[in-house]
Amino acid sequence: MSAGEKHKTLSGYELKSYYGPSDIEDFDYNQKLGKPGAYPFTRGIRENMYRDSLWVMGQYSGFASAEEANERYRYLIEQGQTGFSIALDLPTQMGIDSDSQGVEGEVGKVGVAVNSLADIETLFKGIQLEKVRQIRTTANANSIIMLGFYVAFARKHGIDPNKIGFFLQNDCLKEYICRGTYIFPPSAGLKLSADVIEYAAKHLPNWTPIAVSGYHIREAGATAAQEIAFTMSNMIAYLDAAKGRGVDIDACARNIYFFLAAQVDFLEEVAKFRAARRVFAKLMRERYSAQDPETQRLKIFVYTSGSALTAEQPLNNIVRVTLETMAAVAGGCQTLASSSFDEAFSLPTEEAVTVALRTQQIVAYESGITQTVDLMGGSYACEVLTDKIEEEIWNILAEIEKRGGAVKCIEEGFFHRHLSDGAYRFQKSVEDGERVIVGVNKFRDEKEPEIPTFKLSNETGKKQSEKLARLKESRDNVRVQRALGAVRRAAQNDDNMGDVMVEACSAYATMGEICDVLKEVYGKYTPLKIY
Amino acid sequence: MKVLISKPGLDGHDRGAKIVARAFEEAGAEVIYTGLQATPEEIAEIAKREEVDVVGVSLLSGAHNSLMPRVIERCKESGVDDGVVYLLGGIIPQEDIPALLAAGVERVFGPGSELGEIVSFTLERVAERSVGEIVSEMGTKSFNL
Repeated sequence: MSAGEKHKTLSGYELKSYYGPSDIEDFDYNQKLGKPGAYPFTRGIRENMYRDSLWVMGQYSGFASAEEANERYRYLIEQGQTGFSIALDLPTQMGIDSDSQGVEGEVGKVGVAVNSLADIETLFKGIQLEKVRQIRTTANANSIIMLGFYVAFARKHGIDPNKIGFFLQNDCLKEYICRGTYIFPPSAGLKLSADVIEYAAKHLPNWTPIAVSGYHIREAGATAAQEIAFTMSNMIAYLDAAKGRGVDIDACARNIYFFLAAQVDFLEEVAKFRAARRVFAKLMRERYSAQDPETQRLKIFVYTSGSALTAEQPLNNIVRVTLETMAAVAGGCQTLASSSFDEAFSLPTEEAVTVALRTQQIVAYESGITQTVDLMGGSYACEVLTDKIEEEIWNILAEIEKRGGAVKCIEEGFFHRHLSDGAYRFQKSVEDGERVIVGVNKFRDEKEPEIPTFKLSNETGKKQSEKLARLKESRDNVRVQRALGAVRRAAQNDDNMGDVMVEACSAYATMGEICDVLKEVYGKYTPLKIY
Repeated sequence: MKVLISKPGLDGHDRGAKIVARAFEEAGAEVIYTGLQATPEEIAEIAKREEVDVVGVSLLSGAHNSLMPRVIERCKESGVDDGVVYLLGGIIPQEDIPALLAAGVERVFGPGSELGEIVSFTLERVAERSVGEIVSEMGTKSFNL
């Protein structure tokens, strides 16, 4: 690189070669930073951070049927994992049962198939749920049904559901923007997500009712500031909906999380997490008048970027994940999932997922970066970038607000266009050699990588179909029909769907049966075709 | 040259599909993008109606072994021209590739594939298959991706 060349962060901020006091001349320490654990929480949401409690280590996993997934969870818990995340297969995420026509090839592929309470019972078999710090799922469009499964499960097994650390993603809006597992039109999706938030505020105060997700937005092509701003604007839509129902902000927002990406640009990512906390605290205090400091503390779940992984020289990915893990920890995350090095090829092997967990454990126990809270705080460069990102977040938020808010921007393709532009620009910069990716456009090795890949059974669809047939014979079908009738009436009357879902799930109605009823009431979403 | 880029099945990973769609467009091709959750029947219907030269399919959900052959079968059943070039992109394990090629896929582009390579390969195949005029009207200047 020549001296005249511009140096930019991954998101395109131009960097100086060094920073000094003149770059932060009017910097007010108390206003911008303050102590960790104190407003505006730039430095972290707890005073002692990881000295008191390490982040939750929970890998995203699940495949095939509940039996196989249960085995993987038990293995990971034995290896020291402190939470887990249930990856659901695509039919489940879309509210389609495993025996439906046209989905055979998708059953059990990117996650585990969950058709009914019976699958949930198998999934949790032999796991002491009260001892797991956090159990996450990727239910979004149908998260109200997942809530029903969990509550039904806990009640049936004599456990107080509020004592289990359930953590619902429940962010349907980003499904329309980029992730793709939407079912109903956006207004109905928003209503159902708000139902979960309202129900949890009343009955399940310890649950995380939503993890508003920037991860997928970033992966689809957003910059760091867009990732946070788009996520914030979705959050505003959910909280406004809950507020509109008269739910107290401290009751509904106390436990919400942001689910964000960690990319390889260490400095930019640390600055991003800090800026996100500052914006969130201000929004909570000023826009929502949240009184409880806990509500002003942004809890962050970080997943290391999947799109940063390369198929070329796959072992290099371990290093990338290490950098991202360090950024997440220096950035003060509460929960962390780290990617496995073989994810450009298949679902991870047991060996690869273990290395990913060990990466977190090495950062936690060996690196020393957990000992000092916000160790990047006070770095001139880090503070300048934190301010820059914060400023851009506010600007984007103002623009979205001017355009009528998140739902309007989804319907008009505002987000989609930004993301497609960003993704294309990035790809071009790699192919032009402007952005270096080791092993891809520099230091290439023409040898084909030889690594073992994970093999999935193709029998899951058949197995699930057989289980469903047996279930439909053995359950009380009168109770199921009655429960589905109640679901239909509640949807038509615009009631909160929580209670009727718990009953339908307890009656062993299937995910597909319940979603079919909702589709009749709400209709289906037709995707935009923007590229 | 007319290119159909499609996302069959339930897979929502569309970053790659959209980038490839843009690359073809920048290279001067006419592009149709199906959006997510297109069924093999819908893809065949569009391919036939629009008389496309290329059917590009993107799959990262692991459902390629069942979905890709179905897309090709449906296209053939609905009378799509035999010269159409079928391409597949996404996360496709090495051992699945021979069967996909046998089913009619021209080439599989995995992670790390370059846009320029995808476009120039496609142009060559289309030129071999059909009339030279499609390619000559686009010239060569547009392949600098």
